[in-house]
Amino acid sequence: MQQTQTAQISAVTTDVNVVVQAVLAMALGLFIVGVVGFSHISAVHNAAHDTRHANAFPCH
Amino acid sequence: MSVFRSIVFSAVLAGAITGAAITGAQMVGTIPLIQKSEVYERKAEAPAPAPTAAAQPAQTHDHGAAASPAHSHEAEWEPAEGLQRNAFTTGANILTAIGFALLLAGIFALRGRVVSWREGLFWGLGGFVVFTAAPGLGLPPELPGMPVADLTLRQTWWIGTACATAAGLGLLVFRKASWAAILGLGLIVLPHLIGAPLAPAGHTDVPEALSHSFVVAAVLTSLLFWALLGVLTSIAFRRISRT
Repeated sequence: MQQTQTAQISAVTTDVNVVVQAVLAMALGLFIVGVVGFSHISAVHNAAHDTRHANAFPCH
Repeated sequence: MSVFRSIVFSAVLAGAITGAAITGAQMVGTIPLIQKSEVYERKAEAPAPAPTAAAQPAQTHDHGAAASPAHSHEAEWEPAEGLQRNAFTTGANILTAIGFALLLAGIFALRGRVVSWREGLFWGLGGFVVFTAAPGLGLPPELPGMPVADLTLRQTWWIGTACATAAGLGLLVFRKASWAAILGLGLIVLPHLIGAPLAPAGHTDVPEALSHSFVVAAVLTSLLFWALLGVLTSIAFRRISRT
């Protein structure tokens, strides 16, 4: 009985662990896209200019 | 290997290949059109009073002030024409691809089972709808030198539309109930009922045919980008997370 409970608890924590890691990775991805495609810093804009236009990210 | 590392490794691998491949497609598709358009943009910027700023002096007062630094290309750093500019474009394409691949691989990890390359393809096509088709309906891909609305307003509408479309598609695909179908469709339609920020009526020298070709080229390259990214990320994540 206790063993099943422990197994269940560890399964749940693993799942939570996976969700946290996946969400962190997705947030990192959004951050990268945000900097490349949406930054107002002029040098970043000019460096990624052709990429922004080709991806139809709003541009100057 | 930890889930986070598997996601990052597969995203970097798939993103690097997709970013490099898409740069090749852009070299023949969008980039020549951007360069042609910049000839008109420079011509329009050359005379002392900028025609777009002179057209609406009162109404777009702060917009003009906000837009002018972005327009005065001479004042700010920009990559040198040729190799340097293309190197930065390649880098930006690879980073964008890695960023979106992190989203895809994160989703694949959350699925909790093996995602086939075909399923990866459909996730990629979902990305195309969310990040290209839906925002592009209101804000079509634009060439440099076209009259545009305030940048922050457009970015806000773009991000809002992508979020609403993603939520709407998610409800349509993953919830079987009829309320979910209605709410999902509603979420997809809503940003377009609100409407994208409109460009002020202004004159542009960029020919209609050139901007039409650009819309077609940009949408097709984006379709290729998402299809490739979806397939490659699913294959890379499957292989890497197995080790």
